[in-house]
Amino acid sequence: MAIYLLRRSAEIVFVLFVLSFAIYGLIGLMPGDPIDLMVNSNPDLTSEDAQRLKALLGLERPIHERYWAWLQRALAGDLGYSRLFSQPVLELMGPRLLNSLLLMGVSLLLALAIAIPLGILAAARQHRLLDHVINLTAFAGISVPPFWLAILLILLFAVTLGWLPASGMGESNAGIGEKLRYLVLPVLALTLASVGSLLRFTRAAVAEAGRQDYVRTAAAKGLSERQILTGHVLRNAMIPVVTVVALNFGTLFSGALITETIFGWLGMGKTIYDAIMGSDYNLALAGLLFAAAVTLIANLLADMVYAWLDPRISYK
Amino acid sequence: MTGGVHLAAEAAQAIEPGLSTRRLLLQRFLEHRLALVSLVFLLLLAAGTAAAPLAEAWLGITQDSVDLLSRSAPPSWEHPLGTDELGRDLLLRLLYGGRVSLLVGLAAAVGAMVVGSLIGIVAGYLGGWPDALLMRLTDGVIALPVLPLLIVFAAIDPAKLGLPGGGASDLLRIILIIVIVGWTTVARLVRGATLSLKRREFVIAAEALGAPPLRIMLRHILPNCASPILVATTLSIGNIILLESVLSFLGLGVQPPLPSWGNMLTGAQDLIYSAPQLALWPGLLIFTTVIAFNFLGDGLQDALDPRALNR
Repeated sequence: MAIYLLRRSAEIVFVLFVLSFAIYGLIGLMPGDPIDLMVNSNPDLTSEDAQRLKALLGLERPIHERYWAWLQRALAGDLGYSRLFSQPVLELMGPRLLNSLLLMGVSLLLALAIAIPLGILAAARQHRLLDHVINLTAFAGISVPPFWLAILLILLFAVTLGWLPASGMGESNAGIGEKLRYLVLPVLALTLASVGSLLRFTRAAVAEAGRQDYVRTAAAKGLSERQILTGHVLRNAMIPVVTVVALNFGTLFSGALITETIFGWLGMGKTIYDAIMGSDYNLALAGLLFAAAVTLIANLLADMVYAWLDPRISYK
Repeated sequence: MTGGVHLAAEAAQAIEPGLSTRRLLLQRFLEHRLALVSLVFLLLLAAGTAAAPLAEAWLGITQDSVDLLSRSAPPSWEHPLGTDELGRDLLLRLLYGGRVSLLVGLAAAVGAMVVGSLIGIVAGYLGGWPDALLMRLTDGVIALPVLPLLIVFAAIDPAKLGLPGGGASDLLRIILIIVIVGWTTVARLVRGATLSLKRREFVIAAEALGAPPLRIMLRHILPNCASPILVATTLSIGNIILLESVLSFLGLGVQPPLPSWGNMLTGAQDLIYSAPQLALWPGLLIFTTVIAFNFLGDGLQDALDPRALNR
């Protein structure tokens, strides 16, 4: 197990290394040029100054040399300075990562609290009316554009009913209750966007577990439907469900990016989006690598949990 | 329980002259009523977007003609669905936007299908280190958060790569970046199918007759992977249309003035107090189109994969 963990961790580091180089190269291909942006915003700088600055900052050097310099600084804990927010990138990212984890955590728990009972219900009533209704709802959930859903929620709860704020995070000195009001709509949007696939997956997992031989045996020895469900089916059905939750972390993050952008929620997704749109290279690079690292670690956790839940699996 | 009845029914079916495979597949597909309704809807939608110039002629305006006097107007005889915030006819914009969404969805799905099939069949048939390498790559792409990556690709300035921008090449760019992240599902399915197919007698016979690997892969194995490829590709179209609409909504996909259902919603959030009706139609069309493709894929799965039928 320890060797497996070590090997997987080494793989994650390797993937991040390759990815950081790829993203470093891609970001250089985005419109705009950091020095031009500096020159444009300061009328005192001339084009000769720009040339000198480029030489000074080493922008004339080939890409692998520049990347190597960036990597050395990054490994020493210096991710550079965010031009957009006038703050060191690392300082900026801390609170934003927490905001994202809050939004994603609450939404995921809510989505599971809806998807698991409904999925079990649908699987237990296969091919009956309730199953069809739940199945249709799940199809609707995976097919609705998440940003449109968010706009509709704003339209209903903020514009028409006026119950909740349309976007933002509230004043920094507001009370906790006031801040929670700003969390409601983003959480609702992200929950609805993720519940469909979880629901479909739970239903399939429970139905699959229900077809196993040990379930037929349990039925043959006269256990009630409820006993079979809780004692035999659910325990086995939850293994793939837990795994898919962790494996879908990347999808959840994509959903959070949309939700955060629409609701002005200052999380990692919105930060990455703003950084790319605003040509803030340091921030974009760090944000993307952070998102990738968190996703890869979630995937590793998924495999660990899988082995822990299912004793038949062992990683040697 | 009903095993006896089942067997009798099956036996009766076997004695009858029987349905050809094609008829059987068609029958199973037709039983999936939602898939059938979806297919009709999608065909009507495609016909509607194809007939957009006819609608222009009928209304006597073009999709980019601006009616400054009636901006964000409600439905009327001149504008059946009203106008947008610039005074352009909403119905015409929706029809032309539908062309873009359907084109990107189909083209990117086919592109991802081709790339995924090639990677999957090569990995599965060759095995060994090519398999290990390609599957690592696949796992890596699957693990990454898709949307942030797509945004990076979409934000690349084509001029810095020496490529032309705007119009048609804009669409090609979106299709390409979706293919880059979208091929993984097909690759895994085809690899799995290839692994089992390559041990079958007809492949071993072909090998014994001295057929070169390329011929075995393309002529003997690939045709037998057709059903999973078809199902996965159909199911992916909806997802791709969603991705395109998200990118366009965020201002990184299809660029105005070319309409797409996604970029028609970009302005909708700012106008949500003054013209909420503008947020309705484009989103509704994305939703119905995506759900139709998902139902269609579900129906195809039921028809092509009998083991999934009794689930």
